[in-house]
Amino acid sequence: MKIVVCLKQVPGTTQVKIDPETNTLIRQGIENIINPFDTYAVEEGVRLRERFGGGVTVISMGPPQAEAALREAISLGADEGILLSDPAFAGADTWATSYTLSAALRKLGQYGLVICGRQTLDGDTGQVGPQLAEMMALPFIAYVSRIEEIADGGMRVRRMVEDGYEVMESPLPAVITVVKEINTPRLPSLRGIARSKSVTIPVWGAKEINVEPDKVGLSGSFTRVIRIFSPQRVCQGEIFQGDVENQVDCLLGRLKADGLV
Amino acid sequence: MEYFLTDEQKTMKSLARKIAEERVLPVRAELDEKEEFPWAIIKDLADADMFRVFVPEEYGGLGGGCLELCLVVEELSRACGGVAATYAVNALGSHTLIEYGNEEQKRKYLPDIAAGKKLTAFAISEATAGSDASAIKMTADRVEGGYRLNGTKQFITNGGEAELYTVIALTDRTKGARGASAILVEKGTPGFTFGKKEKKMGIRASATRELVFRDCLVPEENLIGRPGMGFIQAMRLFDCSRPGIGAQAVGIAQGALEAAVDYAQQRVQFGQPIITLPVVQDMLAEMAIQVEAARALVYAAARMVDSGARKITEESAMAKVFASDVAMKVTTDAVQVCGGAGYMKDYPVEKMMRDAKITQIYEGANQVLRSAIAVELRKRKARTE
Repeated sequence: MKIVVCLKQVPGTTQVKIDPETNTLIRQGIENIINPFDTYAVEEGVRLRERFGGGVTVISMGPPQAEAALREAISLGADEGILLSDPAFAGADTWATSYTLSAALRKLGQYGLVICGRQTLDGDTGQVGPQLAEMMALPFIAYVSRIEEIADGGMRVRRMVEDGYEVMESPLPAVITVVKEINTPRLPSLRGIARSKSVTIPVWGAKEINVEPDKVGLSGSFTRVIRIFSPQRVCQGEIFQGDVENQVDCLLGRLKADGLV
Repeated sequence: MEYFLTDEQKTMKSLARKIAEERVLPVRAELDEKEEFPWAIIKDLADADMFRVFVPEEYGGLGGGCLELCLVVEELSRACGGVAATYAVNALGSHTLIEYGNEEQKRKYLPDIAAGKKLTAFAISEATAGSDASAIKMTADRVEGGYRLNGTKQFITNGGEAELYTVIALTDRTKGARGASAILVEKGTPGFTFGKKEKKMGIRASATRELVFRDCLVPEENLIGRPGMGFIQAMRLFDCSRPGIGAQAVGIAQGALEAAVDYAQQRVQFGQPIITLPVVQDMLAEMAIQVEAARALVYAAARMVDSGARKITEESAMAKVFASDVAMKVTTDAVQVCGGAGYMKDYPVEKMMRDAKITQIYEGANQVLRSAIAVELRKRKARTE
């Protein structure tokens, strides 16, 4: 079974600065890493290949330097990588990103399962996985914590929900997003590192995946980032002074006044 | 210091460091306390291709030599000398097979060793044959279909955990050391059992056991090389492996140095971090000098081994003796710098001090190696006269 893992290169820290002019991340001087949630997707893909055979293809949309994330995924066991990179893709929101990824999947053709991380460290929306499934008209299961079985063109998985887990079955091909509970990602191997250095990573642009320019990148995006800020804490505490008796009286009075007791 | 390592060597070193920091360091105290064999780490090392480092490429390895092995051992030792010993002993247990084994033997065993599926061990020491390895008594009598093994090997690292053992036994007891041969014995062979697991001062994550052979019949094809060559093969093995012990010592010392610097930086006495005190600075600087000198000597000796030079006894002994003495001194000083805290098990340096001690003892006690070096000096002098 051919498995496709979608991954994103993100800044390796949550302490990033935002350019006030463009409202985008200032990436200079910050080490880039594979989005941590996506490392579980890569690991699960590699484990499925080890169990059922086939191959793992990692794809990523991003600037040319995102190639490093694909090479790292290969050092961790993925078989091949494809970089979706084109100036036309720049500024994409999750919709345009999902559209671009779906076009790449169509070009890839044969695959049994698409695995994404549950969300990214930087955007944090968790939208690309489900949107991708919708655009491909494929079954979708979010927050998968265990793949129990893959057989007869279908799979049975566990997905995390608030107070436990659900067991679901789905035909294949399908799209899933995975949570960190699904596995412990392995470390790279020496042979994997050697292969990751020598392998050729094809770069697909808008032409290669046959997408209309107005549907990708900024022009294909329905959303615009207007402003990024940390929300102000508006809730303020109140400290009652005096001796204990007085403090208790004040507290009780306030609670009664607010109708809480 | 710049050691002009190749990209491949740097990759091995940095991946070994990553494994050591992410997988070994968090559990080293527990492994030490419980004397637990580090199977989970063995799996990580296998997955990372670390057992391929010392196996030739044609058998699934990466074709590395002594230096590559030293780099990995050093990095593992920086976190835990016991885990490093467990790993390094596989190179020891495979060396005779790699150097002197026939094609069939290599094809049978090396791919699994490279994949980390089979651990190996090397067995020469006996109750009455330690530094005097030529005094072994274990016998391997020629019988129909193979050899019948009788005797007991002592203090065997990876004993009981390894699947494959290179055992040195007398195939001709009339010839002493010249009657010794190297024989491969698989775990599970009838007549081959294990004694109790030894309780050790240091490197406690590693397993040390007796190997007991009672009329253990092994097939003829398990003999490595020619009969009677076992002692020579073993001496050659130790010439090649001693830089690895040096690397273990360098790694332990490096870990202790870093722990001492960390502690000295944050420990405030007399109103200032103790690293600002000249007496402490003097100790730390001396430790750093010693560690770097030991590393330089170990790498140089390892490169000499890899050059294929035959006469390496002296240099490889020097690397082992110097580095292990440095490890003992540096770890002892690291405990001293850390003071009362260093003496406690909550801090890593007391374990490093216990782990360092074995490097002065095994694969030739330092006193024996010093006398071997002196013998070489005398021989050289005699040749020039």
